[in-house]
Amino acid sequence: MSRNLFLGAFLSSLVVLAALISFVWTPYDYAALSIPEKLQPPNAQHWFGTDHFGRDMFSMIMVGARTSIAVALVAVGIGMALGVPLGLTAAARKGSWLDEVIMRGNDLVFAFPSLVIAILITAVFGAGAINAIIAIGIFNIPVFARITRGAALSLWEREFILAARVSGKGAARISAEHILPNVANLLIVQGTIQFSLGILAEAGLSYVGLGAQPPTPSWGRMLADAQTMVSFAPHLALIPGVAIIVTVLGLNLLGDGLRDWLDPRIRVARA
Amino acid sequence: MTKFMFRTFATTLAVGASLLATQALAKSDITIAMQLEPPHLDPTSAAAQAIDSVVYTNIFEGLTRFMGDGSVVPGLAESWEISDDGTVYTFKLRDGVTFHDGTTMDAEDVKFTLDRATAEDSANAQKALFAGIESVEALDPLTVKVTLSEPNGNFPFNLAWGDAVIVAPDSIENIKTNPIGTGAFSFDNWVQGDSITLNRNPNYWGDQPALETATFKFISDPTAAFAAMMAEDVDVFDNFPAPENLPQFDADPRFQVLVGTTEGETILSTNNKQSPFDDILVRQAVAHAIDRQAIIDGAMFGYGTPIGTHFAPHHPAYVDLTGESAYDPEQAKALLAEAGFENGFETTLHLPPPSYARRGGEIVAAQLAEVGITAEIINVEWAQWLESVFRGKDFGLTIVSHTEPMDIGIYARPDYYFQYESTDFQALMDTLNATTDPDERSRLLGEAQRLISTDYVNGYLFQLAKLGVAKAGVQGLWANAPTAAIDLTQISWSE
Repeated sequence: MSRNLFLGAFLSSLVVLAALISFVWTPYDYAALSIPEKLQPPNAQHWFGTDHFGRDMFSMIMVGARTSIAVALVAVGIGMALGVPLGLTAAARKGSWLDEVIMRGNDLVFAFPSLVIAILITAVFGAGAINAIIAIGIFNIPVFARITRGAALSLWEREFILAARVSGKGAARISAEHILPNVANLLIVQGTIQFSLGILAEAGLSYVGLGAQPPTPSWGRMLADAQTMVSFAPHLALIPGVAIIVTVLGLNLLGDGLRDWLDPRIRVARA
Repeated sequence: MTKFMFRTFATTLAVGASLLATQALAKSDITIAMQLEPPHLDPTSAAAQAIDSVVYTNIFEGLTRFMGDGSVVPGLAESWEISDDGTVYTFKLRDGVTFHDGTTMDAEDVKFTLDRATAEDSANAQKALFAGIESVEALDPLTVKVTLSEPNGNFPFNLAWGDAVIVAPDSIENIKTNPIGTGAFSFDNWVQGDSITLNRNPNYWGDQPALETATFKFISDPTAAFAAMMAEDVDVFDNFPAPENLPQFDADPRFQVLVGTTEGETILSTNNKQSPFDDILVRQAVAHAIDRQAIIDGAMFGYGTPIGTHFAPHHPAYVDLTGESAYDPEQAKALLAEAGFENGFETTLHLPPPSYARRGGEIVAAQLAEVGITAEIINVEWAQWLESVFRGKDFGLTIVSHTEPMDIGIYARPDYYFQYESTDFQALMDTLNATTDPDERSRLLGEAQRLISTDYVNGYLFQLAKLGVAKAGVQGLWANAPTAAIDLTQISWSE
């Protein structure tokens, strides 16, 4: 296991663990206001200090991890669930009108700056976690569709696919039984990267007030709330900022490490 | 070489001398930042406070005017007489007043202004101010007779509002983009989205102001506001949007912080016609669920005065009724149970952009949650707020600051957005409007305050503080805000 993979897995699991634990335990109630205790720097009682309403930052970061992961996970899920079948279909029907329609549709979505459209979607349909998920999810579809199609195209030329065709299997069955398992590695790696991008997008949306609504904590909104207070309470911005960095860095390292680890060529070289 | 050195020395001297000279002359220009840009510049056809901030007493003047301490003094009217029955006001206008375009201000302009405000199709945002006017007559160029349908002791006060400034028929067409008034400053330039510049009016009838030019700059983002002030890009911030930054300005010798009062009653507006808020027990429960001090400390960093009714605490007729709705979650729960909501209920809480609303709203939602009321926070922009809350009346709760002075009369309007319908209150307001005796007026105002407080019409939170920040050398700023105004005529630089 490479150092990247190890570090990435460590950082990511730290965040996932914090999110999971927050379901059963947080040091304080994340929504409980305690105005007299506001703006405390990190200390023994409040490990990450308190925010401008006297809420415990550590609890908020834990629950915020949950929000980020939930939004990013479902958004990547949407992207995969719709993008992969589209990519497989396009590859199986290479050159047909169906391929054209799918891929040009992808180009269309790709052509828009994703965060701007996400802002548009949430502005039109209302701010909130669900709409943020949909907005981020839509932009994951072409990513997965394109990756799947690209990898699948070269597979379709291989002998074992020819053998499957000769044995009488249809395109759908070949895609599901032979192509998909062979592109799975690639999808896992891309999924990890998209996951980190999803977390960034969620933070961006909630920073402009279009993500999860209060009182649900969200890292992006914590940053936005901290803006005017950075000069006298820097921990308000530093802590959610570091949380985002750790998560995104961790997931990127993990994706990087996974790619190396899962790549058969490198695996062979290692052996 | 010697010659060259001498020349350099001489130049240095000259430059030094000219620097001294400019320093000796006090600065005569000022840049004043405000959060919102006015939609246009006609104070007589819109409610936007930002318009008054720019034009009131600077470009436009009324027959009477507010001073910084809230008193009403003669403006374009030198004096006035009231008939014995209190229904006829005869205003004596100042002589020699001209508009910025050179035309003379006379009784016909006053008649035009008041007729325009009372007309059927009037776009005036405060028609109630003029509601009692029966007829306006120009007796001679400097005398105007206003006949009211019934006595109104508040009439000179009403005429001091920005909505009652005197405009001329000749320049009314382009008033929104090129306002022409009688004030000490004339409109110069408007760079949309950035700033408005005013110049001193050399033909002003009154004392010449110390400033020659003034620029109003629009900075809506609190972080940008902080940066602009710290970098000394602006000289004054009229109402600083981030109270949390004030201690830093206070500790910095370059700046002064002016904390004063405003006419802004910040309230948890309640839709009195929407279930379950149509039940007084529920409204009372909401009132007792709210901890005002926590909201002032948490949302405004301690700036603000708790209120128990819709009235400014610095007004002599104010009655402290905060005790009627003291923070008592147990009582709130009991009241909810009595109303049949043992398990609470769900409602919406619409929050416009200012931090008093957004932050205050988070605190209110948390406090309501304590007694079992789930208030879903919906953050809205002002346009959306006006559309869905103010006009559409589609809301449960909202937080907003009512910044008009002496606006308790809005409770007599059943179609106003919080939809309070009380014939008792309406009768009380009618009596008040017909009363001129100051003591009797105070007593009636007290009664009105008590009535809306014990009817728990809205949740009364706090009186908004005016938080001004300025460079240390700026003098003559209004500390308080009896009306939305930045009175340039009083401002000067020290040294």
